[in-house]
This record gives sequence, C-alpha cells and structure tokens, in this order.
Amino acid sequence: MNKKRLLFPALLLIAIAVFAEESITTLRPNQAITEEAEPPSMANVVNTDIRQERNYPMQPPVIPHKIRNYQVDLNTNKCMSCHSRERTQASQAPMVSVTHFMDRDGNFRAEISPRRYFCLQCHVTQTDSPPMGKNQFKDMYEVIETNKN
Amino acid sequence: MWNKIKHYWQLLWHPSIHFSLGFLTIGGFIAGIIFWGGFNTAMEFTNTETFCIGCHEMRDNVYNELQNTIHFSNRSGVRAKCSDCHVPHDWTDKIARKMQASKEVWGKLFGTINTREKFLNKRRELAEHEWARLKANDSLECRNCHNFDYMDFTAQSQRAAQQHSTALASGEKTCIDCHKGIAHELPDMSGVEGW
Ligand code: HEC
Ligand code: HEC
Ligand code: HEC
Ligand code: HEC
Ligand code: HEC
Repeated sequence: MNKKRLLFPALLLIAIAVFAEESITTLRPNQAITEEAEPPSMANVVNTDIRQERNYPMQPPVIPHKIRNYQVDLNTNKCMSCHSRERTQASQAPMVSVTHFMDRDGNFRAEISPRRYFCLQCHVTQTDSPPMGKNQFKDMYEVIETNKN
Repeated sequence: MWNKIKHYWQLLWHPSIHFSLGFLTIGGFIAGIIFWGGFNTAMEFTNTETFCIGCHEMRDNVYNELQNTIHFSNRSGVRAKCSDCHVPHDWTDKIARKMQASKEVWGKLFGTINTREKFLNKRRELAEHEWARLKANDSLECRNCHNFDYMDFTAQSQRAAQQHSTALASGEKTCIDCHKGIAHELPDMSGVEGW
C-alpha cells in the first residue's frame, strides 16, 4: 500500500523533470547542457536619423539616433539639450510633445513633468539584429478590416 | 671662509686661465642642451597619464569616467590621453597651462577635492575653467585629432552633418559648445548656454 501511494507522486516528479528539461532545451537550442553556447555578435544601434512610423497614436516613438553616453541624471538631461522647447530651433529636433508637460492632474507645467524626466523609460533605440520571435502585432486598420468580414 | 667665497666670486668674473674659450663655449652649449632636455623631459613626464592619475582624485573620478567613453575605447583603437585634451601643444601655451595646473596641485596638497563629494561640489567650477579655455582657443586640443577640413559630412550621421555644415562651418560655434561632457560626467548644468 505504501508503494502504491508513492507511485503517483514519483511519476509526477519525473514528468515535471522531463518537461523542465525540454523547456530548458528550447531556450538553449541544440545545445548540450555541458557546453557553452556561441553568443550572437553584438548588434549596432540604428542611427539613420529617419523617424520611424508609430504603430498606434499613443506609442512613444522609437529613437532614430544613437544615444551612447547621453547623460540623464540629477545633474543634467542631455536629451533636453536638443528636444526642449527652447532648443528645437538650434538642434532641429522635434520638441517633446505637450503631454510631457502634463502633471498627473492634467495641468500643463512650464517645465517637463518629473514623470517624463527619464526618457528611456518609454523611448528606446533600435538595433539592426534580426527579431528573436515572430511579431503578431496588427495595425488598427488591419483589425478593422478583418472584423468587417 | 669669507675669503674663500670672495675668491671664488672673483674667479667667476675673471677671464678663464685654465680652460680654452672653445671648451667653454661648447661645454656651455652641451650643458645647456642637457639642462633644457632634462627640463623638457620632466615636463613630458608630467604629461603622461601615469602622472595625471597618480593622485586618487583624478584616478577615482575623471579617469574612471573616461573609461566608459568613446575616447578610451573605440573601433579605431585611438586612445585620447589626459594631456591630449588638457595640455596645449604649443610650448608657451604649455608653460602657461602648467603654471595654472600648479594651482590644482596646490588644491591637492590642501585637500580641497580629496573626497568624491568635495570633487563633485567643485566640479562645476573646474569644468567651467575647461570650457572657457577650449572656447578661447577654438577647441584647439580637439582639432589636434579632429580636423574640420578633413571631415566627410557624407560619412557622418545626418544629425552631425547638419550641425557641422552650418554652425560649425560658419565659425559661429566651436566643438566644446556642442560637445560638453564627451569625456567625463557633467556637473549640474543649469544656466549653462545650450542646456
Ligand atoms: C544632438 C541633439 C539630440 C540629442 C542630444 C537627442 N536627440 Fe533625439 N532627436 C534629435 C533629432 C535631430 C531628431 C530627428 C530625427 C533625427 O535626425 O535623428 C531626434 C529624434 C528623436 C525621436 C523621434 C521622434 C519622432 O517623432 O519620431 C525620439 C523619440 C528622440 N529623438 C528621443 C531622444 C532621447 C530619449 C534622447 C536622450 C537619450 C535624445 N533624443 C537626444 C536630436 C537629438
Ligand atoms: C512615460 C513615458 C514617456 C517618457 C518618460 C517620455 N516620453 Fe516622450 N513620448 C511618450 C509618448 C507616449 C509619446 C507619443 C504621444 C505623445 O506625444 O504624447 C511621446 C512623444 C515624444 C516625442 C515626439 C513628439 C512629437 O510631437 O512628435 C519626442 C521627441 C519625445 N517624446 C521625446 C522625449 C524625451 C526627450 C523625453 C525625456 C525628457 C521623453 N520623451 C520622455 C512617452 C514618454
Ligand atoms: C577627449 C578629451 C578629454 C580627455 C581624453 C580627458 N578630458 Fe578631462 N575634460 C575634457 C573636457 C571637455 C572637460 C570640460 C568638462 C566637460 O565637458 O566634461 C574636462 C574636464 C576635466 C576636469 C574638470 C572636472 C570635470 O569633470 O569637469 C578634470 C579634473 C579633468 N578633465 C581631468 C582629466 C584627466 C585626469 C584625464 C585623463 C584620465 C582627462 N581629463 C581626459 C576633455 C577630456
Ligand atoms: C587623441 C585624439 C583625440 C582628441 C584629442 C579628441 N578626440 Fe574625439 N575622438 C577621437 C577618436 C579616435 C574618436 C573615435 C573615432 C571612431 O572610432 O569613431 C573620437 C570620437 C569623438 C566623437 C564621436 C562620439 C560618438 O559617440 O560617436 C566626438 C563627438 C568627439 N570625439 C569630440 C571630441 C572633442 C569635443 C574633443 C576635444 C575636447 C575631442 N574629441 C578630442 C580622438 C580624439
Ligand atoms: C553646432 C553644434 C556642433 C558643433 C559646433 C560641433 N559638433 Fe560635432 N556633432 C554635433 C551633433 C549634433 C552630432 C551628432 C550627435 C552626437 O554624436 O551626439 C555631432 C557628432 C560628432 C561626431 C560623431 C560623428 C557622427 O557621424 O556621429 C564627431 C566626431 C564630432 N561631432 C566632432 C566634432 C568636432 C571635432 C567639432 C569641432 C571641430 C564639432 N564636432 C563641433 C554637433 C556639433
């Protein structure tokens, strides 16, 4: 009776172990656990200076230029040396939109809101690496089209 | 004793008896070279990075920060040393700068920046000296490596080419006006032009 009781949990454990092993191997494709995987080469940051299409109107646009060593901290905000209202003429960069001046109560302030100070929370650069997975994102118009039928 | 001194003093101002004029001229000339060379060698040593980062103020603050930047490690393998950006190559400018730098050594001796905190408090002032210097000499040290005449705008990014072909080309702005903080972290920039 003791043995029978043990059988089920034992089988369960083995099953988990097998599944776990499998999920590990899919993360390390065709790689023995004892071997070091060959890392892919480092990708370069896209620096084309061509503004990218947004997927929906509220999307923070991606950064089309390199930002290596751009300092954003308590002392200074390098991004704002080009993207602030006063600097756009000299830098020819698009001004941060008016939503960046809004505090959480919806009031527009003279300076950008502290909520928008750390630009990289929302805006990111892109690299020239191939996508890791398939993108299943559908544009709004596409969704509307498919729902019509 | 006094007599002896008097004797040598007089000897100094009398024509030489023992040495020929030729010996004296050539000897003096060689001694001059040795002295001059030694002086310049000593000067050269103060230009080396080992000297600059010999004190922990520089090693722990500015040198540490430099290591993350493009001027320390890049695809071309050209490495900018402290003196490349901070010491003028022209000799008179160099001496003038050394005299100024002595003040910083003074600062070290009396511990005005001997902790990270004190250094950061002083950073805006130190940075402003450097900006003023580079502004006054039209970013001479940058131009020793980066020559405007040989910049290929077509090879630059659009943002760079746009600024270089306008504000820089017209002489309205110089490198340091737009490229502050390329080698070290910046202090509080409030009130600085262009920020
Ligand atoms: C030297 C000036 C400069 C600095 C500094 C700078 N930018 Fe830009 N940025 C530009 C310019 C000019 C453009 C327009 C496209 C281009 O030329 O790259 C731009 C475009 C952008 C865009 C795309 C806007 C759109 O509508 O598609 C984003 C987002 C952006 N920058 C974010 C940032 C962030 C975040 C930082 C700081 C990490 C930063 N920028 C620093 C000049 C600058
Ligand atoms: C909380 C997220 C967030 C942060 C932080 C943030 N942004 Fe944005 N940004 C957005 C969103 C969302 C948009 C697009 C919608 C809009 O305009 O509000 C945007 C738009 C922009 C645009 C395009 C404006 C236009 O009219 O084309 C620029 C440029 C930009 N941001 C720059 C910045 C900079 C520079 C900072 C840092 C000072 C920053 N953003 C911080 C979310 C953010
Ligand atoms: C590529 C040029 C460059 C190199 C290399 C460089 N510096 Fe600087 N340094 C600057 C500039 C420009 C400033 C003015 C402040 C700024 O814009 O960051 C500065 C400022 C400083 C300051 C004033 C404090 C501050 O951070 O603003 C000190 C001290 C200093 N540098 C020491 C050094 C030492 C030591 C080295 C070598 C380890 C070095 N620098 C290498 C360009 C350079
Ligand atoms: C010892 C030579 C030397 C000196 C002096 C020097 N640089 Fe550089 N600089 C370089 C090299 C090398 C690179 C990297 C080139 C590459 O591989 O792209 C570089 C890159 C740069 C970049 C490009 C940064 C980036 O992220 O792409 C800027 C901007 C720059 N330097 C500005 C300056 C300024 C401003 C000064 C004067 C304070 C200066 N440099 C002094 C050698 C120098
Ligand atoms: C009017 C502003 C301005 C002046 C003056 C200026 N630059 Fe630039 N420079 C820029 C901008 C903007 C960029 C692109 C953004 C970045 O690299 O951060 C840039 C980029 C660069 C780059 C990288 C090139 C690339 O393709 O990205 C180098 C190197 C450089 N500058 C060197 C210099 C030197 C050397 C001087 C002085 C002879 C100088 N710059 C003067 C604005 C300026």
